[in-house]
Amino acid sequence: MNGVTNLAATDRRPETPLELHAENHHSPYQAHHFTDMAQQFDAAKMGMWLFLLTEILLFGGLFCAYAVYSTEHAAMFHSAHKMLDWKMGALNTVVLITSSLTVALAIRSIQLNQRKAAIWLLVVTIACAAIFLVVKYFEYSHKIHLGLLPGNFYHYDGSEGVIIGNNPHIYFGIYFAMTGLHGLHVVIGMIVLGWVLLRLIKGEFNSEYYTPVELGGLYWHLVDLIWIYLFPLLYLIG
Amino acid sequence: MQPTHAHAASHQSQQSHSHHHIVPFKVNMAVGITLLVLTAVTVWIAQFDFGAMNMIVAMTVATVKAGLVVAYFMHLRYDNRFFLTMLLVCLIALTVFIVFTMIDQKSRTSIYDYEMQEIRKNAKMYEKKGLTAPKDATPAKH
Repeated sequence: MNGVTNLAATDRRPETPLELHAENHHSPYQAHHFTDMAQQFDAAKMGMWLFLLTEILLFGGLFCAYAVYSTEHAAMFHSAHKMLDWKMGALNTVVLITSSLTVALAIRSIQLNQRKAAIWLLVVTIACAAIFLVVKYFEYSHKIHLGLLPGNFYHYDGSEGVIIGNNPHIYFGIYFAMTGLHGLHVVIGMIVLGWVLLRLIKGEFNSEYYTPVELGGLYWHLVDLIWIYLFPLLYLIG
Repeated sequence: MQPTHAHAASHQSQQSHSHHHIVPFKVNMAVGITLLVLTAVTVWIAQFDFGAMNMIVAMTVATVKAGLVVAYFMHLRYDNRFFLTMLLVCLIALTVFIVFTMIDQKSRTSIYDYEMQEIRKNAKMYEKKGLTAPKDATPAKH
């Protein structure tokens, strides 16, 4: 009886995915339509890059609007940009660059199988994203309080310095559209990195498979990239 | 080559994990610190007025920063070259988009004899120079 079951066990053909993977001597993480893990990883990254390029073009439309209106109303843009607090913008730049560094280090840690370090670095990254949003909240509420708003909502009385030139609401329209869309990306980035963090805590990633960490990181770096251009354009030059 | 040989070769390379380039800790830190220094440079340089050069100087510094992020943090320097090609195609398309719009923007006044005016509520197209109001038009509120 015992011998029969043993025979059956050894003769049994591999059935479960894990057994099939082991049978073919490749990683359990590899899908069968890929030649190897490297090809699978590259395919995932290419998909993410394609998405990031559409994001660059999405923001590109707003950068184009900025270019058109800032040349049309150069003096007004220069005057209106002084209403923004460059110190807040600089603080947020430092916060985002720090978060970009920590997410890059988190990817490095998981590549080296240092899961605990990766978890803490991702926690710092998400905390930085939260700090960014808090700073942005203070900036926005001050603008809303003063009435420095887009279009019809503009009702600034000049209490913190007069804006020279016509149609200053155009500047604030562009300011809120660009930083608002960017802020939305920060929120989405927090959600994506939070999901990656949860899976990391569950132990789903290691040096062999960490594709979601890499792709989440790429998305976060794009958020940083956009801000690198937004900061001088809106806060420093006007 | 037999398919079995190809398979054997492929999982040998997969076992070595050579495709995952790990950016050294020092490089990551150096890039991070350079980005912070360049941020300080951007703020510092904005105090000086170079006239039309203001924009060019600020955008040059921003592009150096963006290049560092893309090359090291986003691993494009070590990755498949095809990703870099894709990015460049995208940036060229964006440049064409913005440059052509700016050509139109800068040369518009030499084609039409009116310029962009202040936005008013209920403004009418015929209020532009040289056009008269149609007979049944209601006067615009100023």
